[in-house]
Amino acid sequence: MAAPKFDNPIVRWIDYRLPVFTFMHHEMHEYPTPKNLNYWWNFGSLAGFMLIVLIVTGIVLAMNYTPHVDHAFDSVERIRRDVPFGWLVQFIHMNGASFFFIVVYIHVFRGLYYGSYKSPREILWILGVVIMLLMMATAFMGYVLPWGQMSFWGATVITNLFSAIPLVGEHIVSWLWGGFAVDNPTLNRFYSLHYLLPFVIVGVVVLHVVALHTHGSNNPLGIELRGKQDSIPFHPYYTVKDFFGLGLFLTIFCLFVFFAPDYLGHPDNYVPANPLVTPPHIVPEWYFLPFYAILRAIPDKLLGVVAMFAAIAVLFILPWLDRSPVRSARFRPIYKQVFWLLVIDCLVLGYIGAKPAEGWYIHIGRLATVYYFAHFLVILPLLSVFERPRPLPLSIGEPVLGGGSPPPGGAGGGAMERA
Amino acid sequence: MAATADGAGGDGVTRRDFLEYAAGGMGAVGAAAATWALIDNMNPAADTLALSTTEVDLEPIEPGQSITVVWQKKPVFVRRRTEAEIAQAEETPLDSLPDPMADADRVQKAEWLILVGICTHLGCIPLGQKGTDEKGEYGGWFCPCHGSHYDTSGRIRKGPAPENLAVPPYRFLDDTRILIG
Repeated sequence: MAAPKFDNPIVRWIDYRLPVFTFMHHEMHEYPTPKNLNYWWNFGSLAGFMLIVLIVTGIVLAMNYTPHVDHAFDSVERIRRDVPFGWLVQFIHMNGASFFFIVVYIHVFRGLYYGSYKSPREILWILGVVIMLLMMATAFMGYVLPWGQMSFWGATVITNLFSAIPLVGEHIVSWLWGGFAVDNPTLNRFYSLHYLLPFVIVGVVVLHVVALHTHGSNNPLGIELRGKQDSIPFHPYYTVKDFFGLGLFLTIFCLFVFFAPDYLGHPDNYVPANPLVTPPHIVPEWYFLPFYAILRAIPDKLLGVVAMFAAIAVLFILPWLDRSPVRSARFRPIYKQVFWLLVIDCLVLGYIGAKPAEGWYIHIGRLATVYYFAHFLVILPLLSVFERPRPLPLSIGEPVLGGGSPPPGGAGGGAMERA
Repeated sequence: MAATADGAGGDGVTRRDFLEYAAGGMGAVGAAAATWALIDNMNPAADTLALSTTEVDLEPIEPGQSITVVWQKKPVFVRRRTEAEIAQAEETPLDSLPDPMADADRVQKAEWLILVGICTHLGCIPLGQKGTDEKGEYGGWFCPCHGSHYDTSGRIRKGPAPENLAVPPYRFLDDTRILIG
């Protein structure tokens, strides 16, 4: 691609020395985007937006927060009551974490439905799972910082997961704590890491986007672009679509921030941490509930912990479990149904995770856990062999325009084919 | 072995190869040593490690009553067991226990049961210290987090916890005082 001509001499001067404008032009104007992306494709940029919002509000919060067991709870309350607009910044940060997860989970299920993890986008997918893991670690440590009852006991339960490791488990837990229990050293290191990890996420997001732009976006049909007539430039078409989606998203987000800031939280976290009293019913934040349900579904401590981590680890090998050459669920009649079963299964796991571990909840939790793993480890590999996909259209334009219309100008279809 | 200008021996190994391996190896050792310092830095500090002991006065505790004391920032349960509770703990057949241990091995004086009050599952504090608490199906303690039941010897009977409640090191200073730690 030739460097574009810029009219502004200052832009030309800079671009000759540091080609940022060429880079922007390439990514925004020349970068071909499938013309049939639907609104489910908005959630990637929404996730990027939320990451920036969380980093900016987090930096401001850090200016008033005190990471000490005697002052942490009070300093957060001070932010909410006394610091100018502290309430707003804190509500945005707190609810922002929840909405970041909502956006990312939708983004992940989008990828599952349209087969976005398949060749040549395996590494793109794996980087996404890495981002999700980092988000979970960051969110967990952030939830500890206000040092309420749920902060303290959440930290205790989650760090104790590592004590399930044979032989060295106890030493690892003591190393994580920096003491004999969750205490001031733990709070300090969690604060340090909570500040660091978002920037690590930014780094992985850059890799995620580089991998994305290498082969371009997948699309609802899950087929390759056949030529120029199948794509449109990202800017202005998808920038404007992303902004429209952002407007809708912010409307819902603001409803929570301004009218129900504590709806997604837990009242017990407004009780200062007490290391001698466990709240009667410990639940993690809602976005961890499905994994928490899997942890509790298994009566053995070590196996429960292994299953919980395996629930995420299985996503890493997903591109090799689903061998079907067809990406989009639109052309996979059976996969389309099991996809929705998986969605329901995850919602059931989330519901069970919020309930006490007793009676029928245990049985339903176990059933849902078994189905979760069966979906990835049994159903998908079998479907790859036995499912008969429906015929794919020849190109993105074909179902609309009819025929495999050659691109205007007569250059052979596929001239734009990218390696 | 005829030494050449660059020190190549008969087997083709040069002095430069040796220098590269030696320097690289030294660098690796240095990097590992520095990494170890950073990892060990996160372990409990000396002031945290300084083993504090806790003295408990048993005088005011009535039979059937429990108190919670703090030792090394951890809750320790001190229960003065009733005759019925002792009998129940002693008569439990060992083969019915997930983590078999005789009651006699868990107490110094049958009346006094001293335990680290941390569920061996994921570190919650079991209920059962207050008279109004739910004590679980075996009359000892019940962990509300994930439903582990402990008996009147603090042994795990039902639920996800893998081990019995731990017995801390302690000794009787006299008939009514113990020193934990």
